[in-house]
Amino acid sequence: MLFIDAYIYSPFAELPMQTKRMTYPGRFLPYALLAPQVIVTLIFFIWPAGQALYQSLLREDAFGLKTTFVGLENFARLFRDGSYLNSLSVTAVFAIGTTLLSMTVALLMASTVNRMIRSRSTYTTLLVWPYAIAPALAGVLWWFIFNPSIGIVPYMLEMVGYRWNHRNSGSDAMLLVIFAAAWKQISYNFLFFLAGLQSIPQSLIEAASIDGASPTKRFWTIIFPLLTPTTFFLLVVNVVYAMFDTFAIIHATTAGGPAQATNILVYKVYADGFVGLNLGSSAAQSVILMVIVVALTMIQFRFIERRVNY
Amino acid sequence: MSRFTLHALAVGVATASLSLSAQAATEISWWHAMGGQLGEILEEMTEEFNASQDDYHVTPSYRGTYTETMTGAIAAFRANEQPHILQVFEVGTGTMMNAKGAIYPVYELMEAHGRAFDNEAFLPAVVGYYTDTNGNMLSFPFNSSTPIMYYNRDMFEEAGLDPEQPPETWEEVADFSRQIVESGAASCGFTTSWPSWVMLENFSAWHNVPLGTLENGFGGMETEFTFNNELVARHWDNLHDWQEEGVFKWGGPGSGPDSEPMFYSQDCAIFFGSSASRADVAANSEFEVGFGMQPYYDDVDGAPQNSIIGGATLWALQGHSDEEYEAVAAFFEYLSQPEVQAQWHQQTGYLPITQAAWDLSKEQGYYDENPGADISLKQMTLNEPTENSKGLRFGNFVQIRDIISEEMEAVMTGDKSGQEAADDAVERGNDLLRDFEAANQ
Repeated sequence: MLFIDAYIYSPFAELPMQTKRMTYPGRFLPYALLAPQVIVTLIFFIWPAGQALYQSLLREDAFGLKTTFVGLENFARLFRDGSYLNSLSVTAVFAIGTTLLSMTVALLMASTVNRMIRSRSTYTTLLVWPYAIAPALAGVLWWFIFNPSIGIVPYMLEMVGYRWNHRNSGSDAMLLVIFAAAWKQISYNFLFFLAGLQSIPQSLIEAASIDGASPTKRFWTIIFPLLTPTTFFLLVVNVVYAMFDTFAIIHATTAGGPAQATNILVYKVYADGFVGLNLGSSAAQSVILMVIVVALTMIQFRFIERRVNY
Repeated sequence: MSRFTLHALAVGVATASLSLSAQAATEISWWHAMGGQLGEILEEMTEEFNASQDDYHVTPSYRGTYTETMTGAIAAFRANEQPHILQVFEVGTGTMMNAKGAIYPVYELMEAHGRAFDNEAFLPAVVGYYTDTNGNMLSFPFNSSTPIMYYNRDMFEEAGLDPEQPPETWEEVADFSRQIVESGAASCGFTTSWPSWVMLENFSAWHNVPLGTLENGFGGMETEFTFNNELVARHWDNLHDWQEEGVFKWGGPGSGPDSEPMFYSQDCAIFFGSSASRADVAANSEFEVGFGMQPYYDDVDGAPQNSIIGGATLWALQGHSDEEYEAVAAFFEYLSQPEVQAQWHQQTGYLPITQAAWDLSKEQGYYDENPGADISLKQMTLNEPTENSKGLRFGNFVQIRDIISEEMEAVMTGDKSGQEAADDAVERGNDLLRDFEAANQ
């Protein structure tokens, strides 16, 4: 008999973990059931990651005909390179901006929709649609809205005297990609926040309002602390999203420009590796990116989880 | 059916299919980057080759931009899935030439299959760009272009300018543009596609000023950039000042994707683009188009010199059978015939690669019927090329061109002066040149 412990983590539950034990007669079946997932993980995650680690230690020409082992030289060059350091700071600004914007707006919307009774499902359906759009298309949509020649937003901004041009202005370009990336993620955050809000017992809120607490006080002292498991989970997911899944949005709108103003780490990996054909440097950059995200996640789990009220 | 009939039928079918497979043409694949009108013309030309004989069949396949096509082919090569023929743009020449195990030099290919391939038949500017230090051609010239000036004749008239007289110097370009903008005919004077190619590379050659040491890189991989000179800095500062005035509008870095739409929408009156944009310009402009040569600064000695080519050549990749290379050689021979070249040149605006094709077009009266179609040729052959105007051969130039247009963009936004941007571009470019040298020792 084989025991398999399945841990089910639920961000909405008030209990932290639920342990379920499954028993299987014989040894073959559990391994057979796990095999597809393990094989997929090995082929699509472990193998490429290993390949990237190996390639980051090499210097090759584009065709792979001359390969030299150079140890950590690729990494050292990156940290001496001004454009890589720029990319680090750009990514930090972008990740923080996207996460803050998308989570704040999503929480606002979820709090508002939570108060509705009859139209709740309609609003929820409509607010979830952006999540279904492919990131590249989302980028193109926002490209049209903000296009300096034909877009509606620059037209309106010009009436207040601001000439929007994300082709010339680095800050305009950063704003554009933050809006586009945050917009997509708002739906996802909204759903989780809404579910989290709905799992808060009404009795607590009613008791607080009977005691004379204003809506703001109610929110910050009762609702928000009870939302912390959801918030923590979404923080991790949003940061990972901003660091990795936003490649398509950058590619479709600014291509890292103008003058490297939106050249986030994951885009730089593509630009250096596939356009510049410098595979060693590109592999080193993806290794560093992986280390950064792993470190960020570990920090979040270690320090922020302590403040989460389960 | 009786047994005899059945057997007879079986033998008959077998023999028929045997002879069919014996006649099956050798299949070769061609990866190219010609989209839009150019792609259609290319496919027609390939179909004509396929229809003209039974032994070989070429399948062209559009793979995206030049960069995407080249990157895709390199990835395919690493996976042993490479095509037979690959169209690589001129800035990829450095990378391709140094990939000795990946390419099959064209002069060797043609010799091995007994096909004529004479350097002398090609235009000198083309030959110069694609030969190695021993004078052997490594790739097959296919579509070479050079930047020319397209202008809106209707708008010139509206602004009170003579539509037969395009501006010749940069001062004239600025003056004409001011007149156009002031008269209200357009909101901008001129714009450009491919800013690095037009406003640095060709600009330097046209003024007989070097881009780098060692004959712009032809002399070896130890070359260094020297384009952070006074003339280039002055020109980039001028572009910035003209943009402030409204005379010039920046069309974006890289390929300058916003520039062509601005010309078609009659936002800008003058457009600097490849001579091969002719087909697209003809299809998309609802006004009379004029053609002119690139302008120059008349206070520079030696200007105008001659322009350098852009465009692409066809490379044969290693890893295929002898039979398939036979097909490639036959296709290349077909492409170098004067009739085929002349038709390709006339339909697309690319230069006729051979002298014979140029002569044939003259005989056919093509240039009389289409004034301005030979501007590109006139520019290229204006003078005998010097070591500053033969072309360029720098490794990693795909990335370096992006860096150059990025630095130019910084000048346009006012973040840097022309000299600062040129200095930074030289520094960053030299880093990449050293990288290339190290990776290809």
